[in-house]
Amino acid sequence: MKIACLDGMNAVSHRVRGLLVAALVVLAGLASGCATIPADAGNDPRDPLESVNRQIFEFNEGVDTVLLKPLAEAYVAILPVPVRDCLSNAFSNLREPSNALNNLLQGKPAEALSDTCRFAVNTTVGLLGCFDVATRMGLEKHREDFGQTLGVWGATPGAYLVVPVFGPSSVRDAIGIYGFETFLDVNFWIDNVSVRNSIFFTRLISFRSELLDADKLISEAALDKYSFVRDGFLQRRRNLVYDGNPPRERDPDEEAEEAKPSSKPADKPEPGPPAGGSPVEPQSPPK
Amino acid sequence: MTSNEGHTMKPMRLSKFLPTLMLAAALLVAGGAQSQSTAATPDAMVRDLSNEVLNAIKADKALASGDTMRVQKLVDEKILPYVDFEKMTRLAVGRGWRQATPEQRAALTREFRTLLVRTYSGALSQVKDHQVKLRPFRAQPNESDVMVRTNIVASRGDPIQLDYRLEKTSAGWKIYDVNILGVWLVENYKSQFASEINANGVDGLIKSLTDRNRELDGTKKA
Repeated sequence: MKIACLDGMNAVSHRVRGLLVAALVVLAGLASGCATIPADAGNDPRDPLESVNRQIFEFNEGVDTVLLKPLAEAYVAILPVPVRDCLSNAFSNLREPSNALNNLLQGKPAEALSDTCRFAVNTTVGLLGCFDVATRMGLEKHREDFGQTLGVWGATPGAYLVVPVFGPSSVRDAIGIYGFETFLDVNFWIDNVSVRNSIFFTRLISFRSELLDADKLISEAALDKYSFVRDGFLQRRRNLVYDGNPPRERDPDEEAEEAKPSSKPADKPEPGPPAGGSPVEPQSPPK
Repeated sequence: MTSNEGHTMKPMRLSKFLPTLMLAAALLVAGGAQSQSTAATPDAMVRDLSNEVLNAIKADKALASGDTMRVQKLVDEKILPYVDFEKMTRLAVGRGWRQATPEQRAALTREFRTLLVRTYSGALSQVKDHQVKLRPFRAQPNESDVMVRTNIVASRGDPIQLDYRLEKTSAGWKIYDVNILGVWLVENYKSQFASEINANGVDGLIKSLTDRNRELDGTKKA
């Protein structure tokens, strides 16, 4: 009886959801307008799909403006800090089995054991993860996922990807995170659809609420938000693959600058001509 | 719906990254401090500066609330001795730097510095009971270009990875790049600057920086 009732509700909510999604797509499209695609789009070897990515990025910005951001703001306004912390910790706790398995796959058994202990302690003493007791006990939190594991195994990120609604990714991380990780998510194994969907949705809003300040900062600091987010994401992922200690990556430009200290004031052009003169041509054609 | 389940992974993965970016970035802006550090080694210098900055923010309500004038003053008076903004700008501009005149270079440095100070000053209000912890420092005594790695820890939230690159100059060690949670600042501006220069030249980049600063000025005062 109860189950039938729930199923009925789900049938209705599926239809409602379909309508909502359709409305959302239209609204997001209106809000985002058309993406400006720069002339050199796709020239960056890390981002061959830039034209498509930029359009999805604009769409995501639209979805954010009409839906995610307002909900996140309401979430912050309604729920006090301790409640939000509790939920955020609990969601993070659901990731511990994945942290443990990935640490094992990356050849870090000590960390894997630590993550397992964290999950055991926080799920019980920490009341389903609400309180992060384990960190206070000295069990450090790790952030691992199968995208990182693939990276540790030697996979390069491949092309940068922007995933609809969920944002920055790469071929490697999309396979690892949207593929493999799905099955390591505790939430995935919850049978009750309403509970599972509620957790999924609340987790999304909780996540977005933690980005409200940072999003404002990025919007202000970036000349081109798309590039700023992309470059930050790619750097961040590389850092995670190396657990915070990546080898230095020097690019040819920097090498040239370093090797040529005279590029500072020594090769400055004649101070003679009045300001506003045409920019001096580079001494040697680039490349 | 099941196909969506895995998607929450990404949010959770990044969820502790971006919010702390503001706080972490403040420490770059506030990279200077009350008194001149006399530390001879770069790691001790970074430690002293971070401590002084954190203490200064904790002690000054106006600074902590992100008062633009106060932040600007702190930066102008205390930070310039420790940060090589010109090198920071030169590296971020990359190849285009060579075609820039001295006036253009000065303008680029000035506007980039202004942008960084303006945008990251808001992060100062996030500082609460944060403390700096040095991560292991590896460098030969005769090295002139080093990386100092730190974690900023607080009672609430995850540790924030905050690293610095420093170069030894005749005027002592100078910070020229900062890494917030794995993201190097210079690196993150490179492609934006390069494509602006490709499209509109050095003056185009100066203009877009100047315009952005003016915009932010307007919104901050309003």
